[in-house]
Amino acid sequence: MRNFKLLAAAAVTAAGVAGVAAAPTAQAGEVMDSVMENGTLRCGVNTGLAGFSIADDQGNWTGLDVEYCRAVAAAVLGDPEAVQFVELSAQQRFTALQAGEIDILSRNTTWTLTRDVSLGIHFAGVTFYDGQGFMVPADLGVDSAKDLSGASVCVQSGTTTELNLADYFRAQGMDFEPVVFEGFEESLSAFFAGRCQVYTTDKSGLAAIKSVDAPDPDAYKILPETISKEPLGPSVARGDDEWFAVAKWVLFALIQAEESGVNSENVDEMMDSDNPTIKRMLGQSGDMGEKLGLDPKWAYRAIKMVGNYGEIYARNVGPETPLGLERGVNDLWTEGGLMYAPPIR
Amino acid sequence: MTDQADRRAGAQSQASPQATPVWRDPRTRAIIWQVLVLGGVIALGVYLVHNTLANLEARSIRTGFGFMDHEAGFAIGESPLVDYTAADSYGKAFVVGLLNTLRVSLIGIVLATIIGVIMGVARLSSNWLVAKLASVYVEVMRNIPVLLQLFFWYGAISYLLPAVRQALQLMPGVFLSKSGLRFAVPVADPVHPWMGLAFLAAIGGCVLYYRWSKRRQAQTGVEPRLGLPLAGFLIGLPALVWLIGGAPTAMDVPELTTFRYQGGTSVSPEFLALLLGLTFYTAGFLAEIVRAGILAVPHGQTEAASALGLRRRQVLRLVLLPQALRIIVPPTTNQYLNLTKNSSLAVAIGYPDLVSVANTSLNQTGQAIECISIMMACYLTISLTISFFMNWYNKRIALVER
Repeated sequence: MRNFKLLAAAAVTAAGVAGVAAAPTAQAGEVMDSVMENGTLRCGVNTGLAGFSIADDQGNWTGLDVEYCRAVAAAVLGDPEAVQFVELSAQQRFTALQAGEIDILSRNTTWTLTRDVSLGIHFAGVTFYDGQGFMVPADLGVDSAKDLSGASVCVQSGTTTELNLADYFRAQGMDFEPVVFEGFEESLSAFFAGRCQVYTTDKSGLAAIKSVDAPDPDAYKILPETISKEPLGPSVARGDDEWFAVAKWVLFALIQAEESGVNSENVDEMMDSDNPTIKRMLGQSGDMGEKLGLDPKWAYRAIKMVGNYGEIYARNVGPETPLGLERGVNDLWTEGGLMYAPPIR
Repeated sequence: MTDQADRRAGAQSQASPQATPVWRDPRTRAIIWQVLVLGGVIALGVYLVHNTLANLEARSIRTGFGFMDHEAGFAIGESPLVDYTAADSYGKAFVVGLLNTLRVSLIGIVLATIIGVIMGVARLSSNWLVAKLASVYVEVMRNIPVLLQLFFWYGAISYLLPAVRQALQLMPGVFLSKSGLRFAVPVADPVHPWMGLAFLAAIGGCVLYYRWSKRRQAQTGVEPRLGLPLAGFLIGLPALVWLIGGAPTAMDVPELTTFRYQGGTSVSPEFLALLLGLTFYTAGFLAEIVRAGILAVPHGQTEAASALGLRRRQVLRLVLLPQALRIIVPPTTNQYLNLTKNSSLAVAIGYPDLVSVANTSLNQTGQAIECISIMMACYLTISLTISFFMNWYNKRIALVER
């Protein structure tokens, strides 16, 4: 009995220590100040997903998620290079944000109700509308996800992917064998080695894997079905509303710039534009920057130094890149897509 | 006698006048210190828990174990012992993970013990080749990190074996492929539980027979045969029940469908890789423990046993191993604990053990502290159970000194 009590005490202490490791002291409302003070933005990114966040052999980061962080750094700090990229696994990402190890999480993260409400974070918007799909070896002879009953499926753990997968097969009344890996690399190599007949993740991810990671891109094909909605976007920790606003409006400015025809090359000429929307956005009239707690040129710098949303898209995932993704739903609302920025006024 | 006692008591009262202050009494002081330290530890624990909860609240992060009843929503690759689907609760998912951990650990412990004993004895063999092979085995296994060994076995299975449609047929009804080992099993029949009972009864019979044979040997000096009667019990009794039950022979044979074999039962490549890795790694250490235990028994024991006319095998079984066991058991406990804890490396190769399930739940719910506490509590419980059992066994075989 005495032993048992000791054990209980030990267990409680251990749990407490673990808790502290996961959530150190609070710093509510201070993210913006600390970014300004340190002169760098700490941005949580994927460990390596072509088109979204990947480092080359010189350690230069590229990708859609990465460039969003650069745009924030340009708007807030005036330097798109003033970003410290923190590589995070799917498991680590929310804890890192909650614990204040990063200022912003930009890691192809799906916006869901549970995450928005119960993790102590806020989603700042959507940088990429995605959906989950399936990839199979071309010689498997399967043309539709509906023919996958009984297949074994390789998937990475800790993602909405894992849940959608189970939901989809349940809804279709089909069974499957999940093979779940913690690491992205391990799950991929198991698929390429033939352990599973199917690999599943977001379709943009599948495109990246097919074009970059696959030993022979033509040996694999992506099935036409899209089985889920995956709005991917950046998020910030709760407790600093000013910082949350900056995260939102930098993204909106990038989208608005594309809509208004402002890009990194013509932005200097556009400073003389008579268009009131452009004037407000570029700080030539009104006090938009001041309201955000920034200077008037915040959006100008983001556009000048990084580019508008369309440029970022084209550079990283667009048709000219190895991923070759058409704009589709990620086009501007004026072009029939979903990208829509509330008015900057 | 009384005189002496009186004098001693007198000396004591002289040495310590009744006015000794409490803080100078070493016994009291020791107790006070222990209470203080314990209080400090508890206060620290309470502070940490309180601080954590306050921080979580401040960040509006959900806490509590309420999520355990919610639908998990993710599928688990293998749950041979309970029927689990994605519609079941997180609580049930944890149970599946825990059972998967226990399954690989228990089988691993049994196999590692067998291989460890064989290799340990082989290293002491007078046959040069056998001894050297065992040495090479021990050195290779002990000196490569277990995670790499897991990757090795998993890689070997994934790359060397053929795809499921070209599965190797080892014997009729047994198929080996990248999707694992799949083999035919008898179709469930009402007679099977009775056969299980008969097997249990046979084990009881074996124990009784063994005791009887020991008594008989003690009385007459003749050692009754053991092997054949015991095997007869273990196989004969269930077989008899099977015959009485109408001798059902229907088999559930795996058949190839579009993607995999269906029917029969299977062992996944993840489980195989994990089991092989853990078993061979731990067996390397156990071999050294067994060797050290045997060498620690003085050589005179061997010589004396030989002088009594025991054969080499008998010397080992009757004289060396029982004494070596006392030295072997305590460090073996450590190895069993290590094997169990190392099984958490399963996440690296996709085996759905406790850690894998807990990590997935942690991600879906965001409740890191709860999921990690459950994991820690489970491993603590498993480890303490193993320790408890091994300590009990150690006491049982300890030399009874008179």
